[in-house]
Amino acid sequence: MCKQSPIWQIVFGVLPVFLAVLIAAMLVIAVDRDPVEVVTNIWEGAFRNTKSFAGVLNFWIPLTLVCVGLTVTFRSGLWNIGIEGQILIGAMFASWGALYIQLPEALAPLQIAIEIALGILGGMLWAGIAGALKVWLGVHEIFGGMALNSIASVWGIYLISGPWYPEGGSAQQSAPFSKVALLPGISDDWPVSLLALVLTVMALIIVPLILNRTRWGLQLKATGKNQRSALLLGVPINTVAMSSFLVCGGLAGIAGAYRTLFTYGSFRPLASGGIGFLGLLVVLLASTRTLWIPVITFLFAAILSGSTRLRVAMQLDASLAQVLQSTLVLLFLLVGGLRQRFEARSATPVEPEAAQPPVQTRAGGEVIAP
Amino acid sequence: MNITLKNIHKSFGRVHANNNINVTLTEGQIVGVLGENGAGKSTLMKILSGFQPADSGEIWIDDQFVSYDGPEAAIGRGIGMLQQDPLDVGAFTVLENFVYGRSGGILPRWSQAEQELNRYVRDFGFELDPTLWIEQLSIAQRQQLEIVRLFALGVKVLILDEPTTGISADQKAILFDALRRLAHDDKLIVLLVSHKLEDVIDLCDSVIVLRAGERVGDMMMPDSATITPEQISATKTHLVELMFGQEMALHERSLATLGETVMSLDDLHMRSKRLDISGVRLSIRAGEIIGLAGLDGSGQELFMRAACGLAPVHSGHIRLGERDLTGKPYRHFMQTGVIFGAAGRLEEGLIAGLTLTEHLALVESTAGAIHWPRMVDETNARIAHYNVRGQANSRIEQLSGGNQQRMLMALLPENPRVLILEQPTRGLDVDSSRWIWQQLLERRQRGAAILFSSPELDELVAYSDRILVFYAGRIYEIPDVAGITIDRLGHLIGGEFNG
Amino acid sequence: MNEELLNTLSRIVANATPLVIASLGETITERAGVINLSLNGSIVMAAMVGFAAALVSDNLIVGMIAAMVAGAVIALIIALASIELRQDQVAVGFVLTLLAADLAQFLGQDYTRIPGPQVPNWPVPVLDQIPIIGPIFFDHNILVYFSYALAIGIWFWLFRTRPGMAHRAVGERPEAAFARGTNVHRLRYLYTTIGGALVGLAGAAYSLHFKPGWSTPPSMQGDGWIALVIVIFGGWHPFRVVLGAYLFAALRAVSSDIQKNGLIVLGQTIEFNFVLLNALPWLLLIVTLVLVSTGTIERLLQIMPRPLQKRMRSVLRSDSPKALGTRFEVD
Repeated sequence: MCKQSPIWQIVFGVLPVFLAVLIAAMLVIAVDRDPVEVVTNIWEGAFRNTKSFAGVLNFWIPLTLVCVGLTVTFRSGLWNIGIEGQILIGAMFASWGALYIQLPEALAPLQIAIEIALGILGGMLWAGIAGALKVWLGVHEIFGGMALNSIASVWGIYLISGPWYPEGGSAQQSAPFSKVALLPGISDDWPVSLLALVLTVMALIIVPLILNRTRWGLQLKATGKNQRSALLLGVPINTVAMSSFLVCGGLAGIAGAYRTLFTYGSFRPLASGGIGFLGLLVVLLASTRTLWIPVITFLFAAILSGSTRLRVAMQLDASLAQVLQSTLVLLFLLVGGLRQRFEARSATPVEPEAAQPPVQTRAGGEVIAP
Repeated sequence: MNITLKNIHKSFGRVHANNNINVTLTEGQIVGVLGENGAGKSTLMKILSGFQPADSGEIWIDDQFVSYDGPEAAIGRGIGMLQQDPLDVGAFTVLENFVYGRSGGILPRWSQAEQELNRYVRDFGFELDPTLWIEQLSIAQRQQLEIVRLFALGVKVLILDEPTTGISADQKAILFDALRRLAHDDKLIVLLVSHKLEDVIDLCDSVIVLRAGERVGDMMMPDSATITPEQISATKTHLVELMFGQEMALHERSLATLGETVMSLDDLHMRSKRLDISGVRLSIRAGEIIGLAGLDGSGQELFMRAACGLAPVHSGHIRLGERDLTGKPYRHFMQTGVIFGAAGRLEEGLIAGLTLTEHLALVESTAGAIHWPRMVDETNARIAHYNVRGQANSRIEQLSGGNQQRMLMALLPENPRVLILEQPTRGLDVDSSRWIWQQLLERRQRGAAILFSSPELDELVAYSDRILVFYAGRIYEIPDVAGITIDRLGHLIGGEFNG
Repeated sequence: MNEELLNTLSRIVANATPLVIASLGETITERAGVINLSLNGSIVMAAMVGFAAALVSDNLIVGMIAAMVAGAVIALIIALASIELRQDQVAVGFVLTLLAADLAQFLGQDYTRIPGPQVPNWPVPVLDQIPIIGPIFFDHNILVYFSYALAIGIWFWLFRTRPGMAHRAVGERPEAAFARGTNVHRLRYLYTTIGGALVGLAGAAYSLHFKPGWSTPPSMQGDGWIALVIVIFGGWHPFRVVLGAYLFAALRAVSSDIQKNGLIVLGQTIEFNFVLLNALPWLLLIVTLVLVSTGTIERLLQIMPRPLQKRMRSVLRSDSPKALGTRFEVD
């Protein structure tokens, strides 16, 4: 392996960002709008005042929770695409608590603790199903997860069109929760849930520590890199896979509970709002650099929150934000490949393994087949 | 046609796989290419057959300089190679494999090709059903198909890489007859790459010997029809000298004192998609080495895995001392001191992407939290003790094959009760193999029992106290290994249990 | 046979067509050893592009070609990322799934909910007169007939022709293909692109035939994911793939009939919230994957009499192409 000069490091780091912004700008021009105006609007939307900044945090909290969870499943080599459904079921379970458990105001903290616990339980349940399908029935987690996402969504729609149908309301959301059931904000100017913020920061600190310093974390890593070898080295691979699903589901459940108990104040079948998929993008982008996750999630949250203004201010579809984000991740992957080629060319060839016949290498990840 | 290789050079990093090799090959000859693992014989043959380019050097065919790019171009020049694991497509039928790679229009003439295939198969004395899938064939049959295919493509030079590994004595006889016919009647050049002296002496007209990437000598072989045992042993001695540069002391059978029964299998019944092995009764005593012989897929793999919880057991019992571990996962076996080692190191056993320290931490740490500095110290101690060339923080795939094998040894517990090892020396050169066996025998002295499988019959005979021969799920026990010849074992793995 | 049943069956065939084309496209790609996971996004993107192009040019052919180009370009990115840049096909495919769907929504915002051209119905003369078969299979538009031809054509190509052998070999054992002079990378580019173009055509089938107009992204139904699973269910065999697509379409037809007409079992009207029926395809998806992965389908093979086994083996085999999702490098 050759050492790269710092200049190339920077070039390869900046290139995808530059290209992604360029592409987004061209798209904006293609639909006859001014890119600069878009940037101003997003900036304004995100950082205009404390309230808008709180709006950014409002995305940052669940997105970061989800990403922390996904680092766990990615570590054990699992594509937890079912994360969307796990968020939604978490939201659903928390909503059930908010709708059907009515504690007096004095016990509000207990009420909220119960709701969050229910959210965790819901997320774990849904992740557990995906895990069980994977571990015991051999259903690839990408397809199992996708199916479970859709089933969760059908279930959500069923709830608000049936049992949770609000009197005199529309079939878009459940009846609003009572005030006791909601997560409180810090103040009117700072509508941010302190509790959720603290939980997120704790997750950011504790989970990486567990992954890097414990036997369980090492077992996850071993399972993720090579299941069959891990088994021979004494790792209980099924338990490990299940537990990583459950941990991720639990964190997704908190994210779901947050969305419904703070962001919306009622149950919506679209409670996850694509945050799970966005989390997958972030974790792909960060890859092994877990320390970058809170930074990337903040950037993404700012773009997401800021771009909600685009429709009103510029009659632009807010999907521009997602386009920008996924273009960025795609380009990072592609440029990363370019960089590897660049490094390989300047490195000396390594002696091939005499006993290994083949020219065939796995491209990482698992083949999607039974 | 005659072929001359001139000044062939090939290096991988700092290792010279081929260093200035010159060879001339004459038609109608069977030439053995002899050398220990890593001597550079496979590299040279890959260069000749177009699978790898040489760094420098020339190939001349009939006094004409040629250059070609890729194996298909080499076949176009009349040079074809049969790989140790034949390069066929498992999901194809025999006929499809025969047709694929031949030129022609979009629609192959299937019936015509089938007739042609059947004719060749008959001529060679092979047996191949064109409608079978490759996955249903044995290695020997796949070799036969590949030979027929290459011959039908008109090759004048046929290279075979270790073709006698993993086939039975009868299959070997059929193969050798076909090769003699190809060389002596059809005037092909047949190159036999091997490290097995008996095979080379039996089949070849002449031999060239490689050592550490250089051609160190060659020798005419005595006529196999009139050869005397004295001539065979003299030829062997001479070849061994050429291969290793010195005379090698043969391994002395060491007799360990057998202890108590450590593991007993009682009426074990195992099943897989293809095999059904039943009524296995075996008690294994401390210090005993049991060799498992058999062609690929004869049941020894299933048996070994089932015996340590890696494959399901249908009925019967596995006991370790007083404990019944039937149906328990491998982890429980491991905790009781039963350790399994798979044939492919990086695929099964070691984990690419993990450092040496992380490997050790996986098997050693018992508590929840890992104390990394202590683990690094422990790893360094093992690295020193086992002479592993690598750092505690190197990733395992950065080590060479031999060092990976050493690391695997370093990960084994000091005093295992039973070691179950799939082909423990696969792909290793002679020195590394010896080192492995030295390690294993040390553990055996301390009371470990060893079950191992190997496609190398001489390895089985050299180290085993008992040999179990597997054929299509049936098992034949050889209790007295000292009284068995390699030839007899070769017939046994072909299923001739009543010979 | 009663009229209503015939209508339902005919509708199943029509509604299954985009799924059939998309899954057959993916079959082509995966047979060459490449996974194009982006189907769910590719279909949306192609649906939008196809609709917009057909609307602007007022020409259906232009629309279909544009959709195919869109699908092919996305597939090409995956091939490029995997072959040249050594990136994980699944990761790149997943990112493209999201990107393509969002991009379609962004660029297609001006084309939503407006009427546009539609592929006309064209009953096949003579054939549509055959009782039962005629009305079910031959009273449709050209895309439906194309899907029949496609299935038969792919089967013939893969299992009867010389280039088809190379196609399969590249996905099964690229080293062996290389040794026989097949250019592995070139074929992978080729078949990934062709497969992607067909996925694109499937997208056009949504916006120009199945559900005319480009409105809510059809990906809301997750058909791209279903198509990917159908390929697995179909054991990478074109006929079984088609069967799988019809199975899913039939389930949808049944559940939408129930939602419209209510469920009557033994003369009793059964009351429940029919929204839940929308979960059925996803349950079926999980069930089919369980059936495949537990080897239930292959077990069918073992209980057949021997002569039949030989004939049915290539249809009932459920192994994925051995080199699926892997890279090939000549050293």
